[in-house]
Amino acid sequence: MASNGIKDQVAIVGMGCTSFGEHWDRSLDDLIIEAAQKATKSAGTETDLIDAYWFGTSQSAASGIALATPLRLSGKPVTRVENYCATGSESLRQACYAVASGAYDSAMALGAEKVKDSGYQGLNAFPIPTDGTNRTLTAAAMFSLILPAYAKRYGVDEDELRYAIARIAQKNHFNGSRNELAQFRREISAEKICEMPSIAGRLSVMDCAGVADGAAAAIVVRAEDAHKYTDKPLYVKALSVVAGDSSGLVDPDFDFTTLPECAAAAEDAYTQAGIKNPRKELAMAEVHDCFTPTEMILMEDLGFCEKGRAWQEVLNGFFDIDGEMPVNTDGGLKAFGHPVGASGLRMFYETWLQLRGEAPPDRSISLEQSQQALVHNLGGYPGEMVSFVGIVGTEAS
Amino acid sequence: MGVHGIISYGAYIPRGCLLRSSIAEFTGKGSNKGARSVASYDENTTTMGVEAARNALKRSDTNPKKLWFSTVVPAYMDKTNATNIHSALQLDDFVEATDFGNSTRSAIGALSNALESDFSTLVVTADLRTGPSGGTEESSGGDASTALLIGTDEQGALLAEYLGGVTVTSDFTDRWRVPGTSYSQVWEERFGEQAYKPLVERAWSEALRKVDIRTEDISLALISGLHSRAVAKSIPLIDVEVADDLTGKIGNTGAAHPSLLLANFLDQAKPGEVVALIVLADGCDVLFFRTTQEVENRRNPVPISDQIESQSPVPYSKYLSWRGLLDSQLPNRPSPTRPSSPAAVRRNDWKMGFVASKDTTTGIVHMPPSRIGIKGGDVDDMEKLPMADSIGTIETFTLDNLVYSPNSPVVFAVVNFEGGGRLPVELTDADPEKIEIGGQVEMTFRCLYTADGIHNYFWKARPVRREREKS
Repeated sequence: MASNGIKDQVAIVGMGCTSFGEHWDRSLDDLIIEAAQKATKSAGTETDLIDAYWFGTSQSAASGIALATPLRLSGKPVTRVENYCATGSESLRQACYAVASGAYDSAMALGAEKVKDSGYQGLNAFPIPTDGTNRTLTAAAMFSLILPAYAKRYGVDEDELRYAIARIAQKNHFNGSRNELAQFRREISAEKICEMPSIAGRLSVMDCAGVADGAAAAIVVRAEDAHKYTDKPLYVKALSVVAGDSSGLVDPDFDFTTLPECAAAAEDAYTQAGIKNPRKELAMAEVHDCFTPTEMILMEDLGFCEKGRAWQEVLNGFFDIDGEMPVNTDGGLKAFGHPVGASGLRMFYETWLQLRGEAPPDRSISLEQSQQALVHNLGGYPGEMVSFVGIVGTEAS
Repeated sequence: MGVHGIISYGAYIPRGCLLRSSIAEFTGKGSNKGARSVASYDENTTTMGVEAARNALKRSDTNPKKLWFSTVVPAYMDKTNATNIHSALQLDDFVEATDFGNSTRSAIGALSNALESDFSTLVVTADLRTGPSGGTEESSGGDASTALLIGTDEQGALLAEYLGGVTVTSDFTDRWRVPGTSYSQVWEERFGEQAYKPLVERAWSEALRKVDIRTEDISLALISGLHSRAVAKSIPLIDVEVADDLTGKIGNTGAAHPSLLLANFLDQAKPGEVVALIVLADGCDVLFFRTTQEVENRRNPVPISDQIESQSPVPYSKYLSWRGLLDSQLPNRPSPTRPSSPAAVRRNDWKMGFVASKDTTTGIVHMPPSRIGIKGGDVDDMEKLPMADSIGTIETFTLDNLVYSPNSPVVFAVVNFEGGGRLPVELTDADPEKIEIGGQVEMTFRCLYTADGIHNYFWKARPVRREREKS
């Protein structure tokens, strides 16, 4: 089975991202137009000059027409992409492969979501007719299963573990408070989070990602054309997607302390990018912190630390903005907010800012050791998950 | 055709009970004594019927040819409820499943007719009784179900032989309910008492004569009827010891009550005892049974007394909300949508019968059933594996306070089953604070929710009942 990748064949030359939040005053179209305009402006191009489009949205629209109409794209190939919460990164992956194939010279991936028009709390998928035997549990409850399982497997005290995941929320809120586009721009201490009432398992509302409206976009071209658009392109080193077969829900051996789809996507991405030691070779990572325990075990599944050690690395600040490997420097889903179709591209937007030295000074990271960044985006639940891992860098080898 | 009688029996009392004192505390009316049984928010007469029927069938190798289900609170009209029970029990397609209903009399009618039929018949009864808040109907009613497998000694060893009986019919409007309403109205109590007393006298003397039995040969009489005063006043009319009718502890369970008293008798009876079942419902029925040696060998694994013992009080507010008598604030989530009937029927074995598939190459159990195994093997290399009676162990669990449910928080566990198989599944009849990793659970047939009038039946897990009794 081959996964050859397209290392350094395609580059991101422009990106744009709206603020994320409860945009009562802005429609899906408004968000799409803003993200597209920001991206084209940053690449010094126009929507008419871009050859093809991939539109990521999970629940806000149904086809490519929903992107072609607000942008008035005439005669363009526009495809709607959906892969649960990994929809945004999936749209970028499609755009990159289209350019790498030679089919197009340029392509835009745009992800957008308008979730706050439903009137309900949380994310609620459109109901597909079923036999009625599928689970109705909330995502928060599904991810809360990680905590007791992890505590049991590694012999960690549940209260200590609870504090460690709160510490992740504290970090992401610290970073988000320094991000003008973020939904939540207020710091909060881990102690305070621990005092809050539980909503699912031991998770409080502050262990959950924000639910937001927003959009983000990226323009990709062939690597050799990149400098026509920008002096500082980001080269695509790896793109990997693994859709799980849901065996974790069937297999009694699956113990909810790992997300195998994420580990597999990471391994594939590292092979594509030629990365041997992610802990040393990456300047930063944007990961899918939909719930705080998710970020904790991702640190292990992505190979940033040993199994059973993530909670300690969290506590000793390894993933803080000034730590050895900053994670979710823009606040992550936790503080930036989670407009499903946009989130994957939003993560790339942060690597775009950080690796190009454009992040605000109070949350910019050191690029001395590495100029490569990892993006991890997932959809689904422990046991049945789709996972994306992408790697970008400032230098083409 | 052999001797007719009872081949096996099952009874089900829901875990919840409502202390009458908690009603009195809220409404300022009524008695402080005793309790009534309360079906949970995810139970209806059909799911309770399944519970009792599973108990009955577990204790016998005889396969019923007919399944008769009687209730006055059918989950569906027009659509047959007995067919839901039929598929939950995974009975053969050629087993006739028919509803009896409308009046509590239909339950004793189904039983007496089954006792005179030459086909082995599983007679299932269930009732779920409510009434206006603070009234007698509410506090004296109860929820329960029973199942009696009726047949001849050629079809299966009998626990009790049917000796015969009589029916007296009488038409008077003592208790009535208009279709579409959830509880009955009753006439002045004295009227019903006066109407029933002569019926009991006539039926009793005629039954003794017809069956040719003397009162001194009768060990015990069981008297059942929704008119509690008429029941009480009937006791002196017969010269036989009358058993406690359980109404103090669980309330009067209407259509289920006659068989429930019979089941309670069989839980304790010695071989060779003659029992009279007297039912007051728009007439009077008297049926005589004599227990056999077999009665001591195949009793209900969880006797009614144990089920009552292990009940757990439900707050009055919760009871009202479960019965739709009190609007409760639900989480701000979309309400569930109705299950798709075509999708449901394609997976009927799984949805209704909890039948998994087992990979014949790898031996891995797949829940829900799968055509391709998680560890390889050929397509459709699977055999059916019924899992409803399997015991599971809680691998991990969580409490969900956000999800749409009339009984928040929802307890949800990842369950690994004895003999293989895993299912993340909702728990019911569980105290959230008592759930622990490693705890044992058993499966129970429930109604997950009702949407657009369609009951979404599926299975949940509950802490093993036997274990609960020990704790």
